[in-house]
Amino acid sequence: MRIGIDVGGTNTDAVLMDGLKVVASYKTPTTPDVSSGILSALQQVLAQSGVQPGNIDAVMLGTTHFTNAIVEGKRLSPTAIIRLGAPAAVALPPMVDWPSRLAETLGRNTFVAKGGYEFDGRQISPLDEEEIRGMARLIAGKGIKAVAISCVFSPVNVEMEDRAAAIVREEISDARLTLSHNIGRISLLERENAAILNACLSDLAQHTVGSFERALKESGIQAPLFLSQNDGTLMNTEFAATHPVLTVSSGPTNSMRGAAFLSGAKDAMVVDIGGTTTDVGMLVKGFPREASMAVRIGGVRTNFRMPDVYSFGLGGGSLVRKGDSRLEIGPQSVGYELTTRGLAFGGDTLTTTDIAIAAGMADIGDRRRVASLDQSLVENAKARIKEMVEEAIDRMKTGPDPVPVIMVGGGSILVGDALEGASEVIRPPHFAAANAIGAAIAQVGGEVDVTFKLEKMTRDEALEQAKATAQQKTVEAGAQADTVEVVEVDEIPLTYLPGNALRVRVKAVGDLRPA
Amino acid sequence: MRLLQVEDMRDLAVGAAILGTGGGGDPYIGMLLAEQVIREYGPVRMIGLDELKDDDFGASVAYVGAPVVMIEKLMGVADMVKAFKALERYMGRTLTAVVSAEIGGANSIVPVGVAAALGIPLLDADGMGRAFPEIPLVIWTLHGLSATPMTMADEKGNSIVIETIDNHWTERFARSVATDMGAVASTALYPASGPDLRRASVPGSVSRVIQIGKAIREAQAAHRNTVEAVLEVTGGVRLFKGKITDVLRRILGGYARGECTIEGLGDFKGQKMAIHFQNENLIAYVNETPVAVVPDLITVLDSDTGEAVTTEHLRYGYRVDVIGIPCYHEWRTPEGIALGGPGHFGYDVQYTPVERRAR
Repeated sequence: MRIGIDVGGTNTDAVLMDGLKVVASYKTPTTPDVSSGILSALQQVLAQSGVQPGNIDAVMLGTTHFTNAIVEGKRLSPTAIIRLGAPAAVALPPMVDWPSRLAETLGRNTFVAKGGYEFDGRQISPLDEEEIRGMARLIAGKGIKAVAISCVFSPVNVEMEDRAAAIVREEISDARLTLSHNIGRISLLERENAAILNACLSDLAQHTVGSFERALKESGIQAPLFLSQNDGTLMNTEFAATHPVLTVSSGPTNSMRGAAFLSGAKDAMVVDIGGTTTDVGMLVKGFPREASMAVRIGGVRTNFRMPDVYSFGLGGGSLVRKGDSRLEIGPQSVGYELTTRGLAFGGDTLTTTDIAIAAGMADIGDRRRVASLDQSLVENAKARIKEMVEEAIDRMKTGPDPVPVIMVGGGSILVGDALEGASEVIRPPHFAAANAIGAAIAQVGGEVDVTFKLEKMTRDEALEQAKATAQQKTVEAGAQADTVEVVEVDEIPLTYLPGNALRVRVKAVGDLRPA
Repeated sequence: MRLLQVEDMRDLAVGAAILGTGGGGDPYIGMLLAEQVIREYGPVRMIGLDELKDDDFGASVAYVGAPVVMIEKLMGVADMVKAFKALERYMGRTLTAVVSAEIGGANSIVPVGVAAALGIPLLDADGMGRAFPEIPLVIWTLHGLSATPMTMADEKGNSIVIETIDNHWTERFARSVATDMGAVASTALYPASGPDLRRASVPGSVSRVIQIGKAIREAQAAHRNTVEAVLEVTGGVRLFKGKITDVLRRILGGYARGECTIEGLGDFKGQKMAIHFQNENLIAYVNETPVAVVPDLITVLDSDTGEAVTTEHLRYGYRVDVIGIPCYHEWRTPEGIALGGPGHFGYDVQYTPVERRAR
């Protein structure tokens, strides 16, 4: 048996699953310390189901914590970036196309040093150790601990990034370092951006992952804890604490996969209305449709593989206010304070949930507290919410025909069943916990990173061999063989090595084999 | 005359990538560079060929090499300006205008930056109406213009002047030098007089790509089918739709050469497309039958955004549409086909205009 947890900005959900059956689920507000919310969700699902902590085999956790930190520009560490490559790669400095607010939050501590490689492994210029040391001292002088290091063509040769990291470590013994070759692929700006984002999350990640582990320990569960990655596969907590940027789109991935699982639908639009935001994405053959090309996270361009999701500020905690010309809904939200600040819960703030209660669409809180709301206000707000959702569906549709719409998330009580652009509205059981279920049924991944010598084999043979190994590793990691699919293939010719060397990276994923 | 502002650079970049037919360098980097220079020096005057005076003398600037190197080395406008100045020094004269050698990718955006930095006008024209991987493959060659004297510069401070007996020799030497410079070099080439540029250039290219970029932007904003919008504004034809299942890419002889395989989706289910490229897309086969071939343009589009995917960004798993766009009419003359047609690239395939083949 396994437990899936979703830690959102507003709610923390937990589900306990026996194989593919949902045995118990519980929703509770996310707490400022994160861990007490998780603990109470864990205790509730154990109590509801009567399952002993010792019978839990694994706990899978998905979180939008790091994404929210980037989007809100909060809780991020001041960060420095050292790029190796001068005199090349000087024209466009690090963080060149970043939203200025985020760049200023991190401090624009950007350095470009000598170093870097040509495509064939020649050095552009030798690494100047004293130059790096000088930069490290400046960074140390500012009290900065989070440092990202990038290098021209580091996917071809990682040595200079490694050496520069060692020098920075000598000057700042408690530095939290992110090296670009560990985070991304060819294309310096995108790889470096991802490394900087990872570095600025590093402090938060250590604390947050630590509090996840504490909550688990306090619940008495001894099972291993895993975190969901962007691509729907899992990573262990040790890896997650140092690679937080790999979780930034796990929220939408989990909710879409959870919706697909709960509804059985293969081709449909998923609308996930949470407490603060709504994510809308398309399922194609049961999988989230991927965004191609560059994806921006909090306005920063990266080249991660992630689902194509449109997010906007509508949720169960969204504020409802009279604007100049019309009613304004969101993007501000009372978040996890809904159950204290919302009108129906005895507070003084009009939220979308209060509208849903007044309109008779939801039966929570105290209905009498919203009975005095002006009827036309309620109708207008209801219409505006519906319009926002319809616009998002229209935006993500791939063709003109209406599509089935799967409504999930706690905030999905805000919309009725008649939606323009929807051929039907599906509300699967446990719809409010789709994210947590998506985490619990996370996919299994298998990766290979191997260098072939093409003297003795053809490129096609090398690729086939790498793909087969990745698929085999995926099955060995617990995937059902007929669901395993190769999702990424990256090849880098290493022309500076003898024997026509080719570095091949392949990732395969598959559904977890039912126990 | 028209002023090009920072705000025009996005449309220019998106549109240029469409006519770049996979090559010309990453348009996003080109856009960042041009924006940066315009912010520093102010907007650029763009003039039509008819505004060129007889005593004007212009030259092209272009990156020569493998586009995949540019997304790592982030070449700047400064090296290009250095090459341009070196050409002026060598020729002993002031150059009064900049023209794009090719209207594709970064190579059609960075000239805007050079014009801004030097305070001289950019011509609303180019040398081919698309992008091509080799220096002689320009309409200017058909009109007898010489690529040399040509200058090449790298980021380390080296520069080289080339003077040759014909444009094919230029290609040979320039490619060797570019390889030594790290598989990409900043160059200034095809210096030409006002009257020569007037008679031998492809007119209106820069305005055309800005218009293409604008059409894509507007289609995106209105949630209209972006691929249809591209076909409409370019007069192109749809060739294929599918998912990329293999990308073979190698830097060989100073070019990025390779092959991209696409498995069909939707109407093309069960079919397979193969695109061969040498920096630019050269030929597209469906089930081993050619469906489009140089000098016509073959462009891979992101199925969702309608924006072009350049060859260095082709990646396993992308969902793409492939379109063909008719080339500039002078390429369709017997001389044009001999210079930039399938035979030049070693394909034993008859050239048939893409719009006729598609029918």
